[in-house]
Amino acid sequence: MHTIVSKQCLSPNVTRLDVQAPRIAQIRQPGQFVIVHHSEGAERIPLTIADADPAAGTIALVIQSVGKSTRDLVALEPGQAIADIVGPLGHPTEMIESGRALCIGGGVGTAVVHPIAQGLHKRGVKVTSIIGGRSKEWVIFEAELRRLGEVIVCTDDGSYGRKGFVTDAAKDVLAGGGIGIVYAVGPVPMMRAVVNLTKPLGVRTIVSLNPVMIDGTGMCGGCRVSVGGETRFACVDGPEFDGHGVNFDELMDRLSAYREYEQKSLACAEENCRLKQTLPS
Amino acid sequence: MPGKITTKERLQINRQKMPEQASTARAANFEEVNLGFTEQLALLEADRCLQCKDPRCMAGCPVNVNIPRFIGLVSEGKISEAAQCLLCDNALPAITGRVCPQETQCEIVCVRGNKSTPVGIGYLERYVADWARNHSDQLTATKAPATGKRVAIVGSGPAGLTAAGELVRMGHDVTVYEALHKPGGVLVYGIPEFRLPKKIVSQEVQRLQSAGVKIECNVVIGRTYTLPELRERFDAVFIANGAGLPVFMNVPGENLKGVYSANEYLTRVNLMAAYQFPNADTPVLHGKCVAVVGGGNVAMDSVRTAKRLGAASAMIVYRRTKNELPARAEEVHHAGEEGIQFEFLTAPVEVIGNDKRWVTGLKCVRMKLGEPDASGRARPVTIPGSEFVLPCDIVVVAIGTRANPLLTATCPDLKLNKWGNIVADEAGMTSLPGVFAGGDIVRGAATVILAMGDGKRTARAMDEYLKSH
Repeated sequence: MHTIVSKQCLSPNVTRLDVQAPRIAQIRQPGQFVIVHHSEGAERIPLTIADADPAAGTIALVIQSVGKSTRDLVALEPGQAIADIVGPLGHPTEMIESGRALCIGGGVGTAVVHPIAQGLHKRGVKVTSIIGGRSKEWVIFEAELRRLGEVIVCTDDGSYGRKGFVTDAAKDVLAGGGIGIVYAVGPVPMMRAVVNLTKPLGVRTIVSLNPVMIDGTGMCGGCRVSVGGETRFACVDGPEFDGHGVNFDELMDRLSAYREYEQKSLACAEENCRLKQTLPS
Repeated sequence: MPGKITTKERLQINRQKMPEQASTARAANFEEVNLGFTEQLALLEADRCLQCKDPRCMAGCPVNVNIPRFIGLVSEGKISEAAQCLLCDNALPAITGRVCPQETQCEIVCVRGNKSTPVGIGYLERYVADWARNHSDQLTATKAPATGKRVAIVGSGPAGLTAAGELVRMGHDVTVYEALHKPGGVLVYGIPEFRLPKKIVSQEVQRLQSAGVKIECNVVIGRTYTLPELRERFDAVFIANGAGLPVFMNVPGENLKGVYSANEYLTRVNLMAAYQFPNADTPVLHGKCVAVVGGGNVAMDSVRTAKRLGAASAMIVYRRTKNELPARAEEVHHAGEEGIQFEFLTAPVEVIGNDKRWVTGLKCVRMKLGEPDASGRARPVTIPGSEFVLPCDIVVVAIGTRANPLLTATCPDLKLNKWGNIVADEAGMTSLPGVFAGGDIVRGAATVILAMGDGKRTARAMDEYLKSH
């Protein structure tokens, strides 16, 4: 059992849970993830480790609640526990050892960019982060990233920072030259847009992929993605890949496979919830 | 009186039929197909055993169960002693009694098979093991004094659990590491409820735990800990992490929505209980027409699962004929009864999809059997111009698994063969001192009982090793 030690609401649907997982906190590296299993009957969900405190034995999980399973997780309160957490899984981020890196985070992806920026900063790499959200309240991890270098905030509606998409800001930073590598994590259309920007410039771009996954050890093959024309398993070969080779259309399509089921699951949960409220206990 | 029966009388008894759920009912539920012998059926079947002086059945069993002895005790009505005898040789009898291919192991060599049908050894094993599960308070476990030696086992599947049971009985301190959230490995994620109820696996695991085996779930060796770290902390290590890497067909269209590896399909339904969705949170795609590619036990499990999930048509697509099917005979028989269709001499060349990238069919070619290949089976040869499309909306690929490199990649000193399987000698010893390996990670995809045989044999070798180190 993994006890939740603190809970923080980062944006209207993004929650940070700091959870006890001493071994993982001790050895995790940037880019690695865990699989979280709320309790018997729950789904297994892959979540990137956003931060860790080895002394306290905790890891930070940043969860966007979109479906029944993520809602169940963020409904947990400090003192309650998650049944199973396994990891750290996947390969650590490929880092450069010097020079300048551009880290781009969109929405909850910003939480995934954070440990990468941490790792780069530790190596002495100069980090510029571009982070974005729909509006001010959706921007997360700004303070944490400011400790590691320059941060450019973008909002779609201009309510905070620069108005526009992260790719607009990225275009300007890249035009200034000197960027050795780009890390982009966020919604698939955002990662695709960044890759389309960096490909003609020949700037190496690493993206972190989040396909449907079950075991996280290469056993099921559900997380297969096409990279450079080859089928790779995101859980053991990734989750980070050279963005210039990723087939984003296929990724997006495969991510949609269970949409109908996800809606049904959510609807049933809401129905149960209503029943609990109306029935005398 | 039991035990007083003459050989002539024994020969007159016919093989007892296993009571089972009616095929129409069971094709719509996930409950166990075989219902188990009653006491009366078990006594009758046990009386069929001739108690050979030189029993060939024992030699046919990968874990060398003393078959005539336990069956003899059943026929004398000494069920508790029979259970004690069986558990002494086999750490997981309620499981092997259900999933072993008895027809190619113990029963094929039974002398009763020469003139009639062999003794139902598997059915009797199941009967005795189920009695033992329900009467654990009447059984005494013998255990050697503690040796102070610590053993780590990687993987809680059949090889790992068997080795754990043996080693703990020898007095060693045993810790089993499991990557998933539940122990059992393939017994839990792979073999369906209707063939091996998960309650039975958990009871067998609990029996090992109460005997002193420690099991830690959610630990991936190769990630959470490395093999070198285990070698530092333990006196010996047994690697039994299975062949958990699905093989795909490498044909166009394999990443369309609706194509599953059998591992994923079965894991969703078994481990994650997707058949109970939305009461369980993990979904599985339900197809009207499901095509399962392959002819082994995993293919049979997948296709019968599809039928139970409500597929109007569920079929096996296999490139050879019924005679070459590697699956257990009983599974093929049960599948047929449940209305599973078989497309023999058929090989897929492409998965076809619609504009929304959902599967709509499997483009196949017809095959004919040619000369025998290296495995001794007739090699299937493509018939030119025989292309056709089998309409379907789900494709499950069940053509085998390979060694998972997650652990071995973190230990370059460990010698592997060209397929990535760990090289181990007869006793299970690898190229690293104190590191043993067995089951599918050594053999490639095989059976539960062969993995258990490895676990048992290796446990003895590890015991010898631990005594001298």
